[in-house]
Amino acid sequence: MQIRKIKEFFIERLIFLSGMMSIVIVALIFAFLLKEGLSIFWRVPLSDFIFSRNWYPISDPPQFGILPLIIGSIVVTAGAGIISIPIGIASALFIAEIAPRKTKEVLKAGIELLAAIPSVVIGFIGMVTLGPFIKDLFYLSTGLTALTGSITLAFMAMPTIVSIAEDAITAVPRQYREAAIAMGATKWQTTWRIVAYAARPGMVAAVMLGIGRVIGETMAVMMVTGNAALIPHSILQPVRTLTATVAAEMGETVQGGEHYAALFAIGIVLFIITFLINAVADIYLHKTKK
Amino acid sequence: MNVQREQKIAFSILFLCTLLVVVPVMIILVIIFVKGASALSASFLFEMPTNGMTAGGIFPAILGTLYLVLGAIVFAVPLGVLSAIYLVEYSQDSFVSRIVKLAIVNLAGVPSVVYGLFGLGIFVLFLGFGASILSGSLTLGIMILPVIITSSREALESVPQSFRIVSLSLGASKWQTIRHSVLPHALPGILTGTILGLGRAAGETAPILFTVAAFYLPKLPTSLFDQTMALPYHLYVISTQVPGIPENVRYGTALVLLLLVLILNLAAIILRYQFRKRKKW
Repeated sequence: MQIRKIKEFFIERLIFLSGMMSIVIVALIFAFLLKEGLSIFWRVPLSDFIFSRNWYPISDPPQFGILPLIIGSIVVTAGAGIISIPIGIASALFIAEIAPRKTKEVLKAGIELLAAIPSVVIGFIGMVTLGPFIKDLFYLSTGLTALTGSITLAFMAMPTIVSIAEDAITAVPRQYREAAIAMGATKWQTTWRIVAYAARPGMVAAVMLGIGRVIGETMAVMMVTGNAALIPHSILQPVRTLTATVAAEMGETVQGGEHYAALFAIGIVLFIITFLINAVADIYLHKTKK
Repeated sequence: MNVQREQKIAFSILFLCTLLVVVPVMIILVIIFVKGASALSASFLFEMPTNGMTAGGIFPAILGTLYLVLGAIVFAVPLGVLSAIYLVEYSQDSFVSRIVKLAIVNLAGVPSVVYGLFGLGIFVLFLGFGASILSGSLTLGIMILPVIITSSREALESVPQSFRIVSLSLGASKWQTIRHSVLPHALPGILTGTILGLGRAAGETAPILFTVAAFYLPKLPTSLFDQTMALPYHLYVISTQVPGIPENVRYGTALVLLLLVLILNLAAIILRYQFRKRKKW
């Protein structure tokens, strides 16, 4: 009896510690990013780091301005959002409200399949099919552009947007629909003006999480955007995002060097951006549940 | 009449949008299957790469990915399940549990390349594991932790409260109740989450870039502290870093990776379906 009590005491402590692990890991991630990355700000002031237009990490003297990378990320993300948000929300409405049961199951499986495809495979396909297509379409010297990145990433945001928006739409109480139909509204009027309206907080969360996924996406974007660390003048030029910069350049750095620290500092920026996006999305998700 | 036409047009637009999402998925799958199938053979799967990766097989990459994924699971599943038990069975809806949940949401949203930086900082350098299977597995394990916790939580929450009450009223302790009355019923759900986590870990590239992945290493790893090739990184390397790789080798590698991930996901979907059908409460 005594032994069992002792055993349970330890198991329950273990469970508690595991429960706290997520907090510990988030704190550790932030701590290690700071530990490795903060030293860059001794050399480059924060405002220069963020607002300077020159990212020449291996010239002499090196210049660490991440503005072109931030703009690269924003351009690609905005493009992906413009494509994926309307299409994603429309698909979610179709799947949740209009599709017959069987079709619905098939469509949902298809979306799950899309979510499962590794980003490096999507990047590969974007590179060998979409790239040449864009190149021929606009008579460019390279098909690896911001636009190619936006289209590719739009597909990677789609599963997140569709599945979370669909959950939000399905969660709208039945009575709303019944009341609208009883008032003489058509199915479409009900779907658009009542159900979609009521599901707005969930849709906002869906969009934010989709955008969070796009900003953080690394491999696909590195393979299809052409990776030129310059401020683009049009979406048909190559760009380089924050994530791609870290992934592409970390291998060439000296551990503890300035370039190394600068890449970790980009990690800090990414961590903070996604942290904010996810926290806000979480607030909206809880709004729907009430 | 006008309203009816408006509805027809609107529904058609929604339907077209849905097609825009689903059809490209099919096209991607078909392209990879058609162009990659010709490369698939026993020697492609089970031999070493030769001639600067332009010929031979991809065995070390396949094996490396299997090692990494197994390592990630060994680390993440016990931790994730215990963490879910804490959230569902122990924590009251307190401030602490709210913070834990927020932490999980944020872990799920951390970009994969940031996990790579973290793994480099803590495992490779700080703990001195070097670029190794151990570092890579731990990094991937942390990355899939939110997947495991979330699905285990759902599985535990789906076990009816009455199961616990009956067990407790018969004199079982809290842990005995969890161990014998709750966990067995949550097991299929936990397993589903585990398989989904496997699939996610198998396909990720960015977290292993700086923690384990070797560009070209035509020998098999012998210990936890060895570097290894891995499928997703190999696909990245042969499609962007090395010129002159024959097309069918690239598509073949993509196909193998895709098949691995899709089979895992299919298994999870079937398991979940069976579980839901069998459930009696």
